[in-house]
Amino acid sequence: MAPLPITLDALRKTYGDYVALDDVSLAIRPGEFLTLLGPSGSGKTTLLMALAGFVRPEAGRILIGDRDVTRLAPNRRDIGIVFQNYALFPHMDVLANVEYPLRLRRVSRREARERAMSALERVKLGAFAGRDISQLSGGQRQRVALARAIVFEPRIMLMDEPLSALDKNLREHMQLEIRRLHDDLGITTIYVTHDQREALTMSDRIAVMKDGRIRQIDAPQDIYCRPGSGFVAEFMGEANILAGGDCRAADGGTLSSAATLMVRAENLHLDPADCGPDGIRLDGRLAGKAYRGENWLLQVELPSGRELMMSIPSARSEGCEELSPGDPVAAFAARRHAHPIPAPEPEAA
Amino acid sequence: MLDAFDARGFRAGLWIYAGAVLAFLILPTLIVIPISFSASDLLEFPPREFSLRWYQTFFGSATWMAALRTSLILGVLTAALAVPSALLACVAMDRIGGRSAKALGGYVLAPSVIPGILLAIGLFFVLAKLRLIGTLGGILVGHVVLAIPVAVIVLRPAVARFDWGQVTAARSLGAGWARALVQILLPQMSFTLMTAALMAFLTSLDEAVISIFVSSGQNSTLPKLMFLSLRDQIDPTIAAISTLWSVLVIGIVLIVNARRTA
Repeated sequence: MAPLPITLDALRKTYGDYVALDDVSLAIRPGEFLTLLGPSGSGKTTLLMALAGFVRPEAGRILIGDRDVTRLAPNRRDIGIVFQNYALFPHMDVLANVEYPLRLRRVSRREARERAMSALERVKLGAFAGRDISQLSGGQRQRVALARAIVFEPRIMLMDEPLSALDKNLREHMQLEIRRLHDDLGITTIYVTHDQREALTMSDRIAVMKDGRIRQIDAPQDIYCRPGSGFVAEFMGEANILAGGDCRAADGGTLSSAATLMVRAENLHLDPADCGPDGIRLDGRLAGKAYRGENWLLQVELPSGRELMMSIPSARSEGCEELSPGDPVAAFAARRHAHPIPAPEPEAA
Repeated sequence: MLDAFDARGFRAGLWIYAGAVLAFLILPTLIVIPISFSASDLLEFPPREFSLRWYQTFFGSATWMAALRTSLILGVLTAALAVPSALLACVAMDRIGGRSAKALGGYVLAPSVIPGILLAIGLFFVLAKLRLIGTLGGILVGHVVLAIPVAVIVLRPAVARFDWGQVTAARSLGAGWARALVQILLPQMSFTLMTAALMAFLTSLDEAVISIFVSSGQNSTLPKLMFLSLRDQIDPTIAAISTLWSVLVIGIVLIVNARRTA
């Protein structure tokens, strides 16, 4: 079956005075892995639940393919969902959990068994079919939930922070595994997370949400390197938002533009040779430093009072150890790493 | 020295107190057992001679047997009606939440705190209007009203503990609301549902006030007949019935407890 596109058209959902979805429109491509990324309360889970049919929007439409499903009951949408807390059925064993959606679809007993087993094999749990849910680890439970969500061959898959309960190593491993599963099955997938690294690792595109709106939707590299706003820049990683007055040209001259610039912490260097001929230079004094194994973090206070965060790879950190607070520090960045962004919006109260 | 003495005295006091409480809880129940085996025509304790004649009277009497049948049928029907209603009420209260759930909770539990005699009088007038006085259906309505709060008290904590994410998941997998409740919620609550059914059954079995007001003739329940017979002729049949009754209830409770620990 060909994967389906999803169209969200001006979806709106409020809870009292709280606007969870503020006229959200979004075109999800067939077969795409799209991540909804945002802080808690940004509306990403509400959006996912509206897609699933558990939240009924007050206005707007949801189209799967060209079918309007806005008012369709959740059990008729044929969408596979993986939940944050797995939501496995403890009174059934692993196999029965995975067979359940097939039983609901009146698939014959034998075919259900075969398809459930092959879904379990796909998540490498073939040997666990007869186990009770209570005998499984968190990672294994997550795999059962995955198998249960794909076994009925849904054309759309929704995942609501499915890895947040796992420890870091397992989480990173599962990120790659889920992505590979997506590539194998080609299901249009919408994934919710608040972890920007997870979003960068897994997605074809990332939609960054805040206050019920999509702030930016782009491919991971674009959204990381060329954020459209200060909010997106800071949410996606350590970002330094600089006024034009903070910077000078690396060769000593003045900069022509007075635009607000965003420079990632890892794109600031101590060595002027790293920034090319047309680079920018920032001068300040060391405010603090920390060793993190793979890198050094330096906090540098600029004359304007703004604080600069620098991430220096350990392999290139000559001199970092000797620096002490108050020492003058010159930071260099290549021109192409200084991305102009709109001036910071005034924070809404 | 003084401390040890005090502690010992205190502990002995506690033992005596606890023993007295336990004795008063159980002795009045146990005292009917020897009385039921008495050969005398009167309720007397201790009995001077023993016999099984009062058990024979009970099982030989068409009136008593009809009352027993009525009571058992009523008990089963009460449980069958009260438990599903109570379960749905608990699910509703849990899903609605907040103030309206509290109000609904108070409303549902009201029959358990309203004096039984008031409920019986009210029910009498309502059933009279509906021409249900003296019918099995009439008593059944009264018993279900009394059993619902009992079942709600048993079921509500279990419903509150349930992970509703499972029902959401089942619905996403293709189950409708009702199917998700039946296939996901019910199997996980089977023990609690059994307990609730048992409590509802016993509530009906033990109920006398409404039965006295509402039932009549061949639809008399066992407790009603026991009250009437106490008033009209005092003979140890009552003691025999009470003994059988206690054995039945204790037996059920023991079986349920055994299942719980199994």
